[in-house]
Amino acid sequence: MSHRFSLARVRAVLIKEFIQVRRDRLTFAMMIGVPLLQLLLFGYAINSDPKQLPTAVVCADPGPFARSMVSALENSAYFEVTHKPASEDEGDRLLALGEVQFLLVIPSGFDRSLQRGERPNVLLAADATDPSATGNALSVISTLGRQSINRELSGPLASLKTSEDPFEVRVQRRYNPEGLTSYNIVPGLMGVILTMTMIMMTALSVTREREKGTMENLLATPARPLEVMVGKIIPYVVIGYVQVGVILVAAKVLFQVPMLGSLALLAGAAGLFIVACLAVGFTFSTLAKSQLQAMQMTMFFFLPNILLSGFMFPFRGMPEWAQYVGSVFPLTHFLRIVRGILLKDNTMYEVLPHVWPILAFVLVASSLALKRYKMTLD
Amino acid sequence: MSAVIDVRHLTKAFDGRKVVDDFSIRVEGGRIHGFLGPNGSGKTTTIRMLCGLLTPDAGEGTCLDFDIRTQTAEIKKHVGYMTQKFSLYEDLSISENLDFIARIYAVPRRKEVVAKTLERLGLATRRQQLAGSLSGGWKQRLALAACLLHEPKLLLLDEPTAGVDPKARRDFWENIHQLASEGMTVLVSTHYMDEAEQCHELVYMAYGRKVVEGTAGEVVDRSGLDIWEVSGSDLPELSRELRQLSEVEMVVPFGLTLHVSGRNHDALEKALAPFRQRSDLTLHRIKPGLEDVFISLMDKSVDNFG
Repeated sequence: MSHRFSLARVRAVLIKEFIQVRRDRLTFAMMIGVPLLQLLLFGYAINSDPKQLPTAVVCADPGPFARSMVSALENSAYFEVTHKPASEDEGDRLLALGEVQFLLVIPSGFDRSLQRGERPNVLLAADATDPSATGNALSVISTLGRQSINRELSGPLASLKTSEDPFEVRVQRRYNPEGLTSYNIVPGLMGVILTMTMIMMTALSVTREREKGTMENLLATPARPLEVMVGKIIPYVVIGYVQVGVILVAAKVLFQVPMLGSLALLAGAAGLFIVACLAVGFTFSTLAKSQLQAMQMTMFFFLPNILLSGFMFPFRGMPEWAQYVGSVFPLTHFLRIVRGILLKDNTMYEVLPHVWPILAFVLVASSLALKRYKMTLD
Repeated sequence: MSAVIDVRHLTKAFDGRKVVDDFSIRVEGGRIHGFLGPNGSGKTTTIRMLCGLLTPDAGEGTCLDFDIRTQTAEIKKHVGYMTQKFSLYEDLSISENLDFIARIYAVPRRKEVVAKTLERLGLATRRQQLAGSLSGGWKQRLALAACLLHEPKLLLLDEPTAGVDPKARRDFWENIHQLASEGMTVLVSTHYMDEAEQCHELVYMAYGRKVVEGTAGEVVDRSGLDIWEVSGSDLPELSRELRQLSEVEMVVPFGLTLHVSGRNHDALEKALAPFRQRSDLTLHRIKPGLEDVFISLMDKSVDNFG
C-alpha cells in the first residue's frame, strides 16, 4: 500500500519548510522580535497603577494647614504638583488641555474654618476620561489629607483630631463622572482601527503591484511617484472617513458616548491622522518585498502603538523613555484629540498642541516614502 | 538620419555579477530588430535600461534622441514597453485596463483611441472580460494594445510570444510587421527561430555580451558552419559515436534527425565518410539554419564564460 502515512514524506515537507523559513529573513526576525518586543513593553513600559500624576494646585490660603496638605500631596507617590495656577479658571484650562491629571483647589479661609471645626471643603477635580489612570490616586486622597492634617493638630488643637475627617474632599470626576471605561475605549478605538486598516491597506496595495508584476508596467509609464502615491492614497482616505463615521454612530447609539465638541474639528483631525497612517503604510510598501512582509511590518508597528499610545494602559503610568517613544506615534496624539473633542469639548486651541506632532510625523514619513519609492527597478 | 536606439558600452551588475557587459547597439527607424540569446543572457536587463527602468552602471547613449541616463521621463512618454510577464491588472476588464493606461499617458481623445485600439487588435467583443480570465494569447494582445495607445515611436517587446500558441504568434507578428511598415521601430526579444527569421536584423547576446549581429543571412554566412543531417534508427547511440570524432564540433538532435556540425569542410566530410557507407543511415549536407548557428554560439559562449 503506497498510501499509508509516510514519515519519509513528512520529513520531506519538514525539511522544505525549514529551508523556506530560513530564507525568509523577515519572518524569522519577527518570530524572535515580536516576543522580545512584547516582553520589553509589558515588562518595563506598562504600568496599570500610574504614579506621580501631574497635578495643579490652586491654594487660596497661605496657612500652615493648607501648606502641609500640599506638601503631603507632593510627598505621596500618586501626585506630583507640576503647576500652581493663580486661579481655578486657569486650573480648569490646564485640565482641559490635558496638561495635568488633577486639580486641587484649597479655598481661602481653609485654615480658619478647619480650626473652627467647620470641616471645610477641598475640591479635587480629576480628568476622568481615562478612569484607570485616576482610580487609585483618588482612593488615597482622602486618607492622605486626614493624616497630614492630624499631624499638625497638636496642643490646643488636639481636640480637633478625630476619626472623622477634619475637612471634606469633594472629588469631581470631570468629563466622565460615572467613570465608564467605554467613554475612554470607544473613542480610542477610532484611532486604533484607523491605524490598523489604513496602514495595512496602503502597504498591501503597493506591494501587490510589485508581487503581481504590474509595478514594472507602471514604472515604465510617465507616472511620477507623487502621482502614484496621491492616487493610491485618496481612496483609502475615503474609506478611513467611512470607518470614522461608523465608529461615531456606534459610539453614540450603542455606548452613549458623549459628543460635546465640534465634529468638524474631529473630521479635520481624523483627516490628518489618516494621512499619517497612509504615509506609514506607503513607506512599508516600499520596504516590503511581498504582501506577507507588508502585513508583518504592519503588525510590528501596530503592537507598540497600541501599548504605548495610552489606548490600553495609562500613558502617564509609563516610564519616561516609554513616554518619549509613545509620543512619536501619531496614535498617541490622535487619541488625546478624539477624547478631548468628544468628552472634554476641546476646541481648536486645546487640540492644536497635538496636531503639530502628527504633522511632523506625516512630513517625515511621507518624504521617506517618496524617497524610497523608486522610479526605476534598480 | 540618427538611429532610434544608439547606446554604447552599457554595463549593469547586480550583486557584483555583470549581467550586461559592454553592450552596444544601434537600431535604425522602421526596422524590426530581433534580440536573441539564452535565458539570463541580459536581454531583459538591456531592454529595461533602454526604457529607463534601470540605470546603467556604465555606458551611455540615446533612445529616441533622449539620453538614457538623464531623460528617462521623456523616453517613457514615447516608448511602448511590453514586459515579459503580463503586467496589466487581472482584476480589471480589457477596456478598464486600456482606459487606465490611456489616462496615465494623457492620451488625447481617449475614448476614441481606446475604441480604435480595441477594434484594431480584435479585442472589441471581449472588452468587458476581466484580464485575469484571458488565455495567454489574448493577454498578449491586450498587452500589445496597451503599448500602442500613446502612439509610441519605439516598441520594446520582451519575449512577447512566450507561452503563446502558434496561431496567436502568427497574428502577433502580422501586427508587428504592419506597425513597422507604418514606421514603428521594434526591438523584440525571442527564443523562436521562425520569429528571428522575420526580423530585419538580429543581435545575439550571451552572458551579457553581444556575440554576433547582422541580418539572418549574414549571421548564418558568418558562422562558417558546415552541417550534415543524419537520420537513422538508433539516434542516441549514433550521436555518442559521432561525438567521439574530433572533427565534429556538435551533434544536436533536430526532430528525428541529428545535425552534425563542424567548421572544417573537408575534414568533416572525410570523418563522416565511414558513416555514409552504412546502409542504416542516411547523411547529407544541408544549409545551416539560424537555430544551428545559435546552438553553436550558445555552446561556445558556455566554453568562454562558463
